[in-house]
Amino acid sequence: MHELSITRNVVAIVCERAAGQRVTRVRLAIGKLSAVMPEAIRFCFGICAEGTPLAAATLQIDEIPGRGRCTACQGEVELKELVGRCPDCGAAGLTLIAGQEMLIREFEFAEKETEPCA
Amino acid sequence: MCVTCGCGTTEGAKLSLHKNSAGQAPNAPHQHVHADGTRFTHIHLPADDPHEHLHADGTRHSHAPALDLLSVPGRDAHTMHLETQILGKNQLIAERNRSWLTERGILALNIVSSPGSGKTTLLERTLIDLKDELKIGVVEGDQATSNDAERIRATGVPAVQINTGTGCHLEADMLERAIALLKPEAGSLLIIENVGNLVCPALFDLGERAKVVIFSVTEGEDKPLKYPHMFGAAEVMLLSKIDLQPYVRFDVQKAISNALKVNPALKVFPVSSYSGEGLEAWYGWLRGELQNGLARPPPQASLAHAAA
Repeated sequence: MHELSITRNVVAIVCERAAGQRVTRVRLAIGKLSAVMPEAIRFCFGICAEGTPLAAATLQIDEIPGRGRCTACQGEVELKELVGRCPDCGAAGLTLIAGQEMLIREFEFAEKETEPCA
Repeated sequence: MCVTCGCGTTEGAKLSLHKNSAGQAPNAPHQHVHADGTRFTHIHLPADDPHEHLHADGTRHSHAPALDLLSVPGRDAHTMHLETQILGKNQLIAERNRSWLTERGILALNIVSSPGSGKTTLLERTLIDLKDELKIGVVEGDQATSNDAERIRATGVPAVQINTGTGCHLEADMLERAIALLKPEAGSLLIIENVGNLVCPALFDLGERAKVVIFSVTEGEDKPLKYPHMFGAAEVMLLSKIDLQPYVRFDVQKAISNALKVNPALKVFPVSSYSGEGLEAWYGWLRGELQNGLARPPPQASLAHAAA
């Protein structure tokens, strides 16, 4: 349930940057290997956004696939989990280069005063 | 305080660019770059020009009318591009904790495991064995009760209990408050016992020097494969309750090889809090890390701070 903590951070950051203006859309990037479930974030978002300028905002989550670079053959491979071998050369040393993102990419707001952040 | 990065100032952003660049199609979304690096994209209705408007950060700016107005979709949409780390504030506080601890030569270890792996028992044994030799302080994290801090205090070592309530992990600001209460001495060992949980504590840096994961022989050998984030984030693995190994179906070699599959650099110490087996190797690692910490020069940031 770290998603609750993460979603609270999302709402607090957007709330502060939106400075009381009504937020209509929030876009996140969550890596598929980040140990964060987009479904849980969506569930928490409705609860955390209630009573804030984000109350009516839609949530868009870009899921970033995992990618690794093989330390042996330098090839780039898609990673479905954190543990794995290079499918090309079989080496065990893979460096994660994508898939652990936890970012707020952007948000959209309307120029209209609303109540301040809770 | 800014919730994005935890900084204390909320200095107003300044506009450095607020005109459509030449050659851009009229009424196309146009972009502003603020002094703090924030990019804004706007689409304006022709009727809005010229006008003044308020940005989300409180900055007001006015626009010259577009040279060649065309009809545009009826909306005035504003997008603020952030590309901000969701846990950026936790990270900033963690770095602050880390430099505070490092410059005092304090070895802070974040102890993580499933509930019931024997964290507190192993900790009690470590404290009893080392308290006359090393200066030690303990931060105990649990959802509820102060039972663990009381167990630690009974060994004669100072301890602070943090109850996370509904939270399933410790966060950097909780450690910051605990440090203020505990006031660990320079050159001491600071042990942080995280909430028993193999998922969430992996994501929240506290500012520790290293994570130590405890994995007991009463669990499954495949636990490192099931919780790769935690075993990947740890520097040391204590394979605990090793005295019970003859009574349980647990393949030690398989467990260690699974852990190394996830994290080839992991240092593994099989230990028993009851028989004392393997503890000398763990204590040896602690002593070595404390000495390295004292020998290490203070971080650059704190030097700059001292000079200012």
